[in-house]
Amino acid sequence: MHAQDTPAIAVDRLVKRYKTTTAVDGVSFSLPAGTITGLLGGNGAGKTTTIAMIMGLVTPTAGTVSVLGASMPDERYRVLHRMNFESPYVDMPMRLTVRQNLSVFAQLYAVPDIDGRIERLAADLDLREFLDRPTGKLSAGQKTRVSLAKALLNEPDVLLLDEPTASLDPDTADWVRSRLEDYRRARNATVLLASHNMTEVERLCERVIIMKKGRIEDDDTPERLLSRYGRETLEEVFLDVARGRDRQREAAQ
Amino acid sequence: MSASESTFSLTRVGAMVRRYWYLLRSSWPRMLDLIYWPTVQMLMWGFLQMYVAQNAGFFAQAGGVFIGAVLLWDILFRGQLGFSISFLEEMWSRNVGNLMMSPLRPVEFIAALMIMSVVRLAIGMVPVTLLAVAFFGFNLWSLGLALAAFFLNLILTSWSIGIFVAGLLLRNGMGAESLAWTIMFLFLPLTCVYYPVAVLPHWLQYVAWALPPTYVFEGMRALLIDHVFRADLMLQAFAFNVVLFAAATFAFLKLLRSARVQGSLMQTGE
Repeated sequence: MHAQDTPAIAVDRLVKRYKTTTAVDGVSFSLPAGTITGLLGGNGAGKTTTIAMIMGLVTPTAGTVSVLGASMPDERYRVLHRMNFESPYVDMPMRLTVRQNLSVFAQLYAVPDIDGRIERLAADLDLREFLDRPTGKLSAGQKTRVSLAKALLNEPDVLLLDEPTASLDPDTADWVRSRLEDYRRARNATVLLASHNMTEVERLCERVIIMKKGRIEDDDTPERLLSRYGRETLEEVFLDVARGRDRQREAAQ
Repeated sequence: MSASESTFSLTRVGAMVRRYWYLLRSSWPRMLDLIYWPTVQMLMWGFLQMYVAQNAGFFAQAGGVFIGAVLLWDILFRGQLGFSISFLEEMWSRNVGNLMMSPLRPVEFIAALMIMSVVRLAIGMVPVTLLAVAFFGFNLWSLGLALAAFFLNLILTSWSIGIFVAGLLLRNGMGAESLAWTIMFLFLPLTCVYYPVAVLPHWLQYVAWALPPTYVFEGMRALLIDHVFRADLMLQAFAFNVVLFAAATFAFLKLLRSARVQGSLMQTGE
């Protein structure tokens, strides 16, 4: 198999059980390099657990995860420097300034020319005015931009985003989406995006995986999903899946 | 091979030390906390020793035993606390996920915490040892090579306990936080900080001699009372410390693995 044929992320029959709860139940998908895929699902659908297993933060009960050809979590140190993530479940140290935080993470990721990289990110993501302010003193929108800067510090080939625009106003959220599109285009990066925001998914993603109760309920392009469910928006498709409506009957109506 | 792919990277260790140093220097309460209790303890025990020395011939001759014990105990206790607090800073700031997802290896994380425990100890203890000279004429630094042996053994024990507690925190979340503050006090009566091992009941002496700091405190009393440096005690302490450190590191890695299985790295709250 050629390197370009190797999927950036390959998940095969992935299962995660916590005592009596099954958070992820036999999930399989494969993401080619350079694609943006949306992972949709309600609360408790298993999106975050799936992403955590892809990152190597959580060990699967069964099944396999491979990222850039490395088996996770056992071979994670082969590829962690080529990955990054943003999640509402983590923060950066509040007392450190934005510049200090970015500088520490840049050193952890062995980023060359750290000062230059921070300056470029500050320009791209509009961080300059608060670069030397403590991270804890920033607004929610500013913090999200800083988290995004941290996620892009090492110019990752694989970017995992969990609710990247949650708590942002529509204008800032739109602006963040534009930056993500630019980054994917410039770096041919693979992006997996967990979101509740259907507008975001429709705009960014060329493929949508819909999860429910730990399983994949559907997996297709936004256009084909809309056509198949006979709906005009992904939000309607999402509601159909979440409420368990029979999609063919709905489409026929 | 790039720095991020190599097995152990001093660059990444340096990044973490820099992270803790930024935090420390940005917060004067954190700095003050490093010096406050060691100073209070040293003054209290120093004055008590002065009082007792005026009324008992033995203590008059054994100058510095109490203050020496207080200062060495603080190396043990503050060394562990410095390690654990640096680790807790990551939990408090919900930064553990970021670190575990980065190329930072667990052993590099531990190395950075060990360095920070020494930095914090130096900030807290050096001024206190100078105050001990000023108030009581007790110069810990005059112990020379013996002090180096005492310090090495005590800091090794404090790191081992710190590493074990960090593993428990990763595995059990902030519910285990109180252990970071209290676990070392279990060692206070058992390691015979302020009295000889012979004071303990016979069966408890076996427990005491299984703990490396006991050898250090016995060695300190031998030096200050009998003016004899017991190298044999230091070597025995070091041997026990090697075993303890290896066991703590092994336990940490097992607890980290368990935390990955339980999914607790993403939920570092209560």
